[in-house]
Formats: sequence, structure tokens, C-alpha cells
Amino acid sequence: MITLEINGKAVEVDSGSTVMDAANKLGIHVPHFCYHKKLSIAANCRMCLVEVEKAPKPLPACATPAAQDMKVHTLSEQAKTAQKGVMEFLLINHPLDCPICDQGGECQLQDLAVGYGGSGSRFKGSKRTVSTKELGPLVSAAEMSRCIHCTRCVRFGQEIAGVMELGMTGRGEHSEIMSFVGSTVDSELSGNMIDVCPVGALTSKPFRYAARTWELARRKTISPHDALGSNLTAQIKGDTVIRVVPHENTEINECWISDRDRFAYEGLNATDRLLSPMIKVDGRWGEVDWASALDHIKTKLASPTIKPERIGALATPQATTEEFYLFQKLIRALGSENIDYRLRQADCEVSFKAPWLGMRISDVEKLDRILVIGSNIRKEQPLLAHRIRQATKINHGLLAFINPINSESLVPTAKDYLIAPSRVTGLLLQVVKAVCLSLGRPVANVLADLSVESDAEQIAEMLVTGEQKLILLGSFSLHHPDRSKIEQISHLLGGLVDAKVGLLSDGPNSLGAESTNVLPGPNGLNAIEMTDAPLDAYFLLHAEMGADSCVPSAAIEVMKSAQLVVAMSAFKDEVAEYATVMLPISPFSETAGTFINMEGAVQSFGPVAPTKGLSRPGWRLLAALGKLFGFSTFEYESIEAVRGGLKACLDDLPRRLQSQPNISNKVPISVSAEPLLIERLSDVPMYSVDSIVRRAPALQLTKDALSNYVWLGSELAQELDVVNDDVVRVEQQGNSFELPARIDPNLVRAVVRIPMNSHASRVLGGVGGSVHVVKLQSRGAIA
Amino acid sequence: MSGIKLLSKEAYQGIDKEIAKYPADRKSSAVMAALAIAQNELGWVSESVVEDVAAYLEMRAIAVWEVATFYGMYNLDKPGRFKLAICTNLPCALQGANKTADQLKALFGINFNETASDGSVTLKEAECMGACGDAPVVIINDREMRGKVSVEDVAGLVEEFKTR
Ligand code: SF4
Ligand code: FES
Ligand code: FES
Repeated sequence: MITLEINGKAVEVDSGSTVMDAANKLGIHVPHFCYHKKLSIAANCRMCLVEVEKAPKPLPACATPAAQDMKVHTLSEQAKTAQKGVMEFLLINHPLDCPICDQGGECQLQDLAVGYGGSGSRFKGSKRTVSTKELGPLVSAAEMSRCIHCTRCVRFGQEIAGVMELGMTGRGEHSEIMSFVGSTVDSELSGNMIDVCPVGALTSKPFRYAARTWELARRKTISPHDALGSNLTAQIKGDTVIRVVPHENTEINECWISDRDRFAYEGLNATDRLLSPMIKVDGRWGEVDWASALDHIKTKLASPTIKPERIGALATPQATTEEFYLFQKLIRALGSENIDYRLRQADCEVSFKAPWLGMRISDVEKLDRILVIGSNIRKEQPLLAHRIRQATKINHGLLAFINPINSESLVPTAKDYLIAPSRVTGLLLQVVKAVCLSLGRPVANVLADLSVESDAEQIAEMLVTGEQKLILLGSFSLHHPDRSKIEQISHLLGGLVDAKVGLLSDGPNSLGAESTNVLPGPNGLNAIEMTDAPLDAYFLLHAEMGADSCVPSAAIEVMKSAQLVVAMSAFKDEVAEYATVMLPISPFSETAGTFINMEGAVQSFGPVAPTKGLSRPGWRLLAALGKLFGFSTFEYESIEAVRGGLKACLDDLPRRLQSQPNISNKVPISVSAEPLLIERLSDVPMYSVDSIVRRAPALQLTKDALSNYVWLGSELAQELDVVNDDVVRVEQQGNSFELPARIDPNLVRAVVRIPMNSHASRVLGGVGGSVHVVKLQSRGAIA
Repeated sequence: MSGIKLLSKEAYQGIDKEIAKYPADRKSSAVMAALAIAQNELGWVSESVVEDVAAYLEMRAIAVWEVATFYGMYNLDKPGRFKLAICTNLPCALQGANKTADQLKALFGINFNETASDGSVTLKEAECMGACGDAPVVIINDREMRGKVSVEDVAGLVEEFKTR
């Protein structure tokens, strides 16, 4: 510990702290630009100069180590002169175009110029200009003359996003921030560069010129796009969310958010918002009032052709816990146990444990062994990927992936074990055997003949050493046709090497669904079974079967032959294809609700904007339906009343999360048969995960949103003589589809990637499995 | 990712030698030397060469580009047969470097950072070479230093280039 004095106030800080840290601790503001608490120190803006007694000249507070008995003055004559001098230099080349600058009103340079700048300029020469840069659909770099070269954006790329996409080229007054000759910024965290940029050089493309900061109302909410549960501040102009920025939460998202959380709000204002209840009569949709819509449902359900036990209920994990609770309560009161939220799981058979991370999010940084099985983690959970990267940096933790796709540059030292999906269980069993051998444990009989390859040995070696370990199953595992096997072996492995097992679930609220039991009851059908053969009636909560189900064509088929399909949805275009009644419910932004994130944190939020049209919060509608059917326990007048009802479920959550996985012989462990020749990987692209994201135009323009292609690894492409944009035909069990090819050098050879919700996937049906690929024509031939 | 290799085997061997001077996980330390080797072989550092060097040193292209644009010695455009870098820092300036430069500009009809239309000469403005005693200083093709190059000496240089 070091004691020093700033402006006459004593403060104690850890050794290794800077003067800036000490000032922050005292709540003394030192003006700064390049300093950012989460980034390395560059000390290149010089705005933070302060006077230090006995030092010959002012020193930068951000880069000066605090020393015992140091006496610092941040407001002395010397300090102020230095700061004013720096400001004068910074403004020499700055365009001073605040009135037309999108950052105006929330610009650090503007604020500090008011405090430290002169009222006029002594500089009479001409200012330099810097050309516009094109960085893609999300981040605008149209006014780079405003840049003050703090390099925060560059350091953000290197240190947080993990990929250096921007750099500072040239020297001295020729310095410019740019990407490498014309490439776009593709990081899934790129939007944070807008936040870290202290001036209006990097701005949000979708938001530009939509509003001034002082016109906006700010309300806290929770991300509805993934299970991290990032804390967000939604900014509202009038009735419309027009920007989303992070709300700092050290335990969850720190001060960052993913681009998905930042830019998806555009989807809330999509043109196909469902604004009134609608009923389909003779194939035509007509708007009706709430009373007639509900009456229609009641009459339909009373008809003898709809049997209670033949009602199916499907929700997506986008629903709030309150909605889930009332949804399952309603369906069960109607007499059905066919309830499920796992629309993307091809294997819903057995579950061993509620899907959660197995630990606190912030503790991921403390791990020293991480094995990721089946996840393109950067795209799937961008900020969890950042925590994992921190673990390798801070703890020099070892990281390995078992994946069909290379982890790219997440961590340069990570080991990628590239393997086709059908071979994952085989490899994991080898690892189990290798671990047993290395620990001197008995090897199970079924594994006796299994030969252990060197990959498995290496993974085992990594897992038997180390202290804090995590085996993390991602969405490729969750959506794998053999999910239960992978999960079971992972739990087995976790038990052997004393590692936590974490499961990354779909959507923001899988744990909400689990804790309120949105799962099939005794003799109930699961999500897959409900789409196998048509039931009499379906209730859909937020679900768009074409995009949210792993078997879209089968799902739509059964919906079309049902007598009643009630879609409770915020959007109409997709559900209109197969629903018979559409009830407009609020997206997360217009209702109160609760999401339970991957670490089990229960986060409640209120509405940030008023409801649109006749739409109503889902919980109100579900309560009204319950009342309408005459169920006495549906008297919920407020969200608090609903929360009171589900309190018991939430109280039980910690126990469920801490319970041991139930792996007693659920799935027979067998060494899998011959691997497939070429197989299909049906992933869910990061900007297709939910109905809101799918409607966000800017995100849909990014490279990550491309979906109407089939991706091949370089090796396979070479074998088939395919180059980018050649047309190929993919055949699977009698179905076939033709589409242009793209080469992804990160893909393992035996895999072709076809996004789960693409048109091609719909035609081919099913998930995964063996496919046949032939080249049809070269790209030139199409035109 | 292995990019297309643009340099000769010898050049990559040279780069390997430079890499060997640094710890194994610090390949990027060899970036300046690698760019110099590439320039020596090809005459200049094109964007594709930057990508090539980046791939070889396992760096991001933009990081290599930062280095290539920072130092004036790297040619980012294809230079003429003779690249003349004339120092214009204070001691050289006081000894008439700007006059020498003006003479060169007039003779070849070019400005700084331009190449004569016949491809013979590229003119560059350089920073102090630490040879101020010989001001004004000119460096020919990054390797050959000439001191005390006055306006009167320019004609002789031109003659010399014709015969080289
Ligand atoms: S663009 Fe913004 S963040 Fe990047 S260096 Fe310039 S001022 Fe700093
Ligand atoms: S904040 Fe200290 S030098 Fe920029
Ligand atoms: S100033 Fe020209 S060599 Fe030093």
C-alpha cells in the first residue's frame, strides 16, 4: 500500500497503481481522453497532465505510478496551464463542427473544451482534413478529421475484441485511423468502439442524426438476445427506442455489449409489427378487437374435435419468466402436458441438468483449463468469449476447442481439435478413456477396445492438470442430434477431472423456462414430437416456426393442418403463414418481465416504451385467457402478482443449479459407428437467433448475417473444384437444393455449413446428417 | 492461413534469421527487418507484400501497415530507378537543402513523393540522417550516401544516372 496526497487529500492505493487510479479513488476528476479503465495505458493525449511536487514538469496522471508521499495537484496553476495548453493543441486540427456532429452533447472533447479551451483560436493556418473511411454497416467513420488520435479504438480491437481491425497509420500530423486497405470492421463487438471514441469520429451508423442526446429518455433493461443477460440502457425518443448502449455491470457485461445487443433494437420498429388481434377466415386475415379474438379461441377450443390432450404449446426462450409461468399454467389448466421451449433441440430426450454455465460469469476469468465443445464462441456469446480470453491472459489458462469450425483468432495459443459433428462422441469417449488411464482409474468395459488417438491424449493431459476447470458445451452440442450423449459424456468427464460443466443455452431465458417448467409433463410431447404429427391445436408464444424450429418445414406443415393455431407474437409476417389467430403481444421493450441468465442471475426489468397499437404484454394476455376459460387462479392484476405466483419456482432455482447431474445410465454409451463422409452442419447464425434480431436491417447487412449460401472448407472446395459463388447442389435423403457456395477456410473438411433457418435447410429438412454435394456450374455461367 | 508467397526462398530465409533473434512468441518483432528484406528484393512494399509479411509473421495486416506507413524508408509506391531522399531537417536546410531539392524538382518536373515520367528518378523528403556535418545530405536507393550536395552538383548527378 502506498499513501499519497492529491489536492491536499490523503489516499491509500495498492502499489502499482497510477496517479489516475488514486484520483479516481478520491473522486477527483482528472481530464483525459486516451485513458480508459478497461484498456492499456497509451498516454498519448497528454490531457491528464498534473503537477507533482518535486517533479520538474507536469506529468500525465494516467501513466505516472503513484509513489509514497507523492504530492499531486490537479488544480494548481501549473496543472491548469498544462491542460489548457494541451487542449489548444488538440483543437488546432479539430474541425470544431459540433453543431453538425452526431456526438454533440455527449462528446468528451466538447465538454473538456468548455472547461479548458480558449474562447478563440490563436491558430491561423489551414486545418488538416482526413478522408472518410468505410468500415461496414454498423460503425460510421465518415468524419475522421474529428479524430484526436487517442488510439482507444485501436486498443479496444487488440485488447477486448481480440482482433486488431483498426490501426493508426502514418506518422505525426499524417497519422490516420483506418482499417487495412478498405476492409470492414467485422468484430462482433465493434459497436463498443463508438462508445470508447471520445469524439464524434466513430459514430453509430443506424443512429446517426436521429436525435440529440438531450432529447432522449434513458431506461434500464436487459438484453433479450442471449443468455449472458447484458445490462442495457435503452434510449427513447417519443415512443420509440432509437439507441441502445451498455449499462455497466461488472459481474456480467462490464462496460461492453455485443453488436447484437446494441443494434437489434431496430427490429422493434419493423414494418411487420402485429398491432391488432387478427383472425383468419376463409384464408383471409382480418383485424378484430380483443374480445372477439378471445371469444373465437374459446369457441374453437370448445369444439369436440379439439381434444385437450392434443393441444401443443411451443414457446421460444425469448419469453419472460412471467410469460413462461402463465403459459404453462394455462396449457396445463386446459388439460395438456405438451409444452416445450426447446425448439432448436433435435434431441429433447433426456436432460441431465438445467442448462447453465455451472459458475459465475465473472469467475470464468479465474479458470486455468477450459475445454469448449461445439461452439463458435465468439459469435455465439461474444462477451463470454472475452472472459475466456481474459482467463488465458490473466491466468495463462489453457484453452482447447472440439469444433467443426476453427476458433479463428480468439486466442492464438488455443488448441483447435477440428472434427466433424458425427465424430464428437467418439473423440469424447477416447478422452474419457485417456483420462481414466492417466489417473489410474478403471476403464469401463465398453471402452476397452477403443483406441485412443493423440488428440484425445492431449485433451486428457490438459484436463487432468490444472485447478479451476470448465467444460463448456455450446450451441453445436446443444443442437446436435446426439446432444444427450455429448452431455452425458461431458458430465462424466467433468466428474473424473473435477471440472465444472457449463451449457450454453438458446435465447435469454432458458433458465426461466426450466424453472417454471415449460417442459413436457408426464406423457406430454416434447418440441420435436409435437412437430412429428399434427395435433388438433397449437399455442405459440413468440415462436416463429420457420426460423426458430430446427425442423422448420415439418413444423410449418403440422401447423397448417391443425384446426387452431394461436400465435402470440409481436410480428406478423412469418406466423401469418400458418396461424389461424394472431394475438399481438409486446416485445421485451414494452413489457415488464424477468430473464434468468446463464449464471442464474434473476434480472427483472420494466417496460422502456409504451405498447404499440392494440398489443398487450404477454402476461396480461395469458392471465386474460385463463380468466376467459373460467380458471379461478388467474387473477393477476399486476406484474407483482405474477411474480408472487412464481416465487416458489425461483426460490428453488439455486438448489437446481447446484444439484448433481443425473447421469445414471440415461443414454447407453456406445462407440459410434462409421463417421459420415460429408455431413451437414446446421448452425444458427448470430444475427438469426430471434425474431427481433432477424428484423434489424443494419445487422442483416453484416458479413455474419449471410445465410443463403452453402459454406465449404478449403480442402473440400478444392476437391470439388469449387470457388466462391459457384453453384452447387446439396442432396440429402431425396431432397436437394441448389445454391451458391462460399469457401470458409475455418471449416473442417468433411462438413458443409448450411444455416439452420435458411431456405435450403427448410427444403432439406432435419438437422445434420450425411449429404452429397456436387458442383453444378461456375460463377461465370450464371450470368 | 498461408498467403501467396511473393518473395524468393532466400528472402524468407533472411526473415527466418531475423525471427530467430527474438523469443518464439514474439515473431512480430521482426517486422521492420522483414519489410526491409521485401523492399530490397521487390523495390517497394505493396499492399499484397504487406499481407504476405503479415501472414508470415502471424500478424494482422493493419499492424504491418502501421509500421510500413510510419517509417519514411519504406516505399509504398513503385519508385523510379533512382530514389533520391534528400534531408530537409534544420542543418541541411541551413546549408541549402531546399535549393538543391528545388533544382531536382525543376529538372525532373516532379514534386516530393513523385516519380519522373520516364521512370528514372523518385524524389523523397527525408529526416535527419545523423550526418549533418556533410549537409545537405542525399541518399540514393536507401544505400548510398552523398554529402554536401549543392545546387551546382545536381547536373553532375543527372549525368551520372544516365550512365548507370
Ligand atoms: S477514432 Fe476516436 S477512438 Fe479512435 S483514435 Fe480517433 S478519437 Fe480515438
Ligand atoms: S489520459 Fe493521460 S495521456 Fe491521455
Ligand atoms: S539535418 Fe540533414 S543529416 Fe542531419
